[in-house]
Parts: sequence; structure tokens; C-alpha cells
Amino acid sequence: MHIGVLALQGDFAEHASMLARLGAQVREVRLPEELDGLDGLVLPGGESTTIGKLATDYGLIEPIRAFGQTKAIYGTCAGAIFLSKDAERKQPLLGIMDITVERNAYGRQVESFDVEVDVPALHGLAAGDPPVRAVFIRAPLIKSVSGGAKALASLPDGRIIAAKQGKLLATAFHPEISGDDRFHRLFLKLAES
Amino acid sequence: MEKQVATFEVKKGLAQMLKGGVIMDVVTAEHARIAENAGAAAVMALERVPADIRAHGGVARMSDPGLIEEIMNTVSIPVMAKVRIGHFVEAQILESLGVDYVDESEVLTPADEANHINKHDFKIPFVCGCRNLGEALRRVGEGAAMIRTKGEAGTGDVVEAVRHARTVLGTVRRLQTMPDEEVMALAKELGAPFELVKETKELGRLPVVNFAAGGIATPADAALMMQLGVDGVFVGSGIFKSGDPARRAEAIVKATTHYNNAKILAEVSRNLGEPMVGRQVTDIPKEDLIAQRGW
Repeated sequence: MHIGVLALQGDFAEHASMLARLGAQVREVRLPEELDGLDGLVLPGGESTTIGKLATDYGLIEPIRAFGQTKAIYGTCAGAIFLSKDAERKQPLLGIMDITVERNAYGRQVESFDVEVDVPALHGLAAGDPPVRAVFIRAPLIKSVSGGAKALASLPDGRIIAAKQGKLLATAFHPEISGDDRFHRLFLKLAES
Repeated sequence: MEKQVATFEVKKGLAQMLKGGVIMDVVTAEHARIAENAGAAAVMALERVPADIRAHGGVARMSDPGLIEEIMNTVSIPVMAKVRIGHFVEAQILESLGVDYVDESEVLTPADEANHINKHDFKIPFVCGCRNLGEALRRVGEGAAMIRTKGEAGTGDVVEAVRHARTVLGTVRRLQTMPDEEVMALAKELGAPFELVKETKELGRLPVVNFAAGGIATPADAALMMQLGVDGVFVGSGIFKSGDPARRAEAIVKATTHYNNAKILAEVSRNLGEPMVGRQVTDIPKEDLIAQRGW
């Protein structure tokens, strides 16, 4: 399977090495033609304003929107913001997922945290279905899901931290840096289907 | 498990999100806005850029908290600020402001000639400078969650940034092919914690994100550092001491992303206006070199 990782800015190398360990052929994507022949695309964590600006300047917005019509896309943190319809702020978005996000919703870096959460959608992917250790770095909140989007996981207080819509997957946290590959395996299944 | 804040993974994690990006020195809220619009991954808030600190002389200290807060309120990207080497009270003040990263920086006048800050004591993450692998791993041992090679700040001369990056990355390469029984001797030679040297060997890279800094003034300089193998770049005086900061800032961001694409590098290097006035490092008296501060 051929998976692209948007490599404009952010922790794309962490995603690439996790996907390669899972057996995917990984390619870094910086220009529109690099999307050709891919089965899925990862939008990494990073700064969403930086990624959005570079995606606009290098003509990637429309090609990624078109890609997402039929192929799987997984966005973590900044990538989830980029997928969203609305980030309550003027910045370039793909707008292909029916989720509304609030940037830096948990506060600045001193408030960044990790926590264990149970994610039913991942059940069956690991023996005993242990909770996912979710790392939140100046993380966005998925404020609401609508249309075809469904919440996949929430914090105990009900705040949504992961969502899915067809072959589009979004997490407000970073499985790529905690070493838990179950979200990436779920994404590869979506890319395969 | 209860929610945990300030774990080393969370501290290191923010630096991972900055990778492939440019962190720009800004001295006003207006600069910060220009940097954010140009695609900066973060800004470093300070009262004077290194070139002016050099020119001004005297003691360089932590910036006015009012200025730092104004910049924090202006942009949505992470804001870093500098403290003097060893000045843990300046760091306590920045932590109370809630800045996203503290740079314990040789660009300011050192407050302690023997000891750096014990960075494990803080909830906010720290970035520190280094010239070689030993210095990098001593800082990580003290709790730094990000490293930058020092270069020579405020010069616009990239030669020291290249020297320091080659020294760090070259030693990591040497370490990778080294038999295990030689690692302790290297740790001794580097003056670095043995466990961290071992971890670096196993990972084949520094255990934390490693940016380049000090003398980067053009898109080509940024791409050079990326091709040498660093994770991203800091640009200090190079942007706001140039003729057209907004344009140069954007060009350096693009060059850092497309560092392997000479065609794009040529395109973004066109018509940038005057670069900062450089100062050749070899013309600076040895005792005035900033990079030698830190131990």
C-alpha cells in the first residue's frame, strides 16, 4: 500500500516511520503531483497556520480535497484542524470533514498533557484492548461533529478527541509520538477498503 | 491513568511539532504578526535581536514580561522567550507568564559561569544551545527537551552553524558504527552522561529535536542546514535586519520545507532585497564570540 505523508511542516517523519513499520510504502508529499498513485494520506501534527499557508501557496488544497473524495486521509492535531469545516478563525482549511474545532482549546504548552482513554473503535486491534495513551500538545478540541462525522473517542468529561467520517479520520492527539500504532492500523484498513 | 502534565514526552512533543519549521526572532507584536503570516512555526520574543545585542554591548537580560505577553496575545503560534544561562528565576518568571518554550541562551549575558538551570524542575520545556554532542547531551541531562546548535548569533555568517551541526551529527554517525565497549570512553571524552550517549547510539540521532541557529540569513542557508540533517531552523537577526522582512521570512519558510528542491530554492531566493549586513566570524575577536558561553 502506498501512503503519503504531507511533509510541509511538522512531525511527518514520526508518522512515516510508524507507517513504514506497519509495512506501508511511504512517500513525503510537498507538491500536488506527489499525490499521484497514493492509497491514503496523513496530515501530521505541526502548526496549522504554517501547513495551511504552504498548502495554499503550492496549490495543494484542491488536489487534497479531491483526493479525500475517494481515498483515506488521517489528520492528527494540526492535521485534524486542517480537515475541519470550521476552526473559528480565518485560516486555510480543507473543510472536507463535518467537524468544528477550537485551536489551543486546552491552553498553552504548560497545560499540555497525556491521558489514557478507551477507544471502542480500536477494539480487537490489540490483545486485551488496553486504553490508548493520548498525548495532547497545545491540542485542539473537536467541539462538534455533524453530518456524516461520528465521534470515536471522548475524554471522561465528554469532550470529543477523535472522529471519523467515511474514510476520513481525525484525532486531536498524537499516536505517532506515543508509539501506539492502532490508529494508524485503523487508517491503513480504511485506505485498503 | 489520571491526566498528567509536563511529562518529558509532552515537553519534547511540542518541539516535534515544530520540526521542518522556522522559529523567528521578533522584537514587537507587529514583527510577530509578520512572522506568523509568513508561515513561522513559532516566534522567539525578545527586546533586541542578537545583531543589536552585539552592537549595543552591556548586559543582555530576559525581556520585559509586558512585551512577551503582548506578543503572546498577538499570535496563535507558540511563543518562546530567552533567559540567561543559569538564571532560574528568570525562567520561573517566564513559566508564570505561560510562554511555550524557554531558551536558556548564550545570546544573553550568562548569570552563572558553572551551572545551567536544572530544567527538570519546570513544567515548561527548555531549548538549549550546543556546539558538540557532549554539550547537547549535558543539556538533555539537565532536562532540555530540545537542542539547537549555537552557530554564531547576530553575524549573518553561517560558518559556525555548519561547524556545530557537522560536529554534532558527525559524532552521532561515528557513534552508530562504534562497538558497544567503546561507548564509555566516548562518554568520558565528551563529558556526557553515559546513558544518554548509549541512547543516542541506539536511536541513531539525538534523543530530542535538534534545530540549527546562529548566522542563518538566506533561504539557501536554511536549506543548507536542513540538508546537513537538522530538524528545523532558528532565524534571529537574519529576517528583521534585512531590507524586506516579510518577503525574506516567507522565502526562508519555503526553503526549509523544500530544502531538497533546487528549482524552488532558486525561485524563492529571487528579488529578496538587501540581506542583513553580515559580519564575518573570523573578524570577531575570540573573546567576543557568543558561542563559547555555556559549559
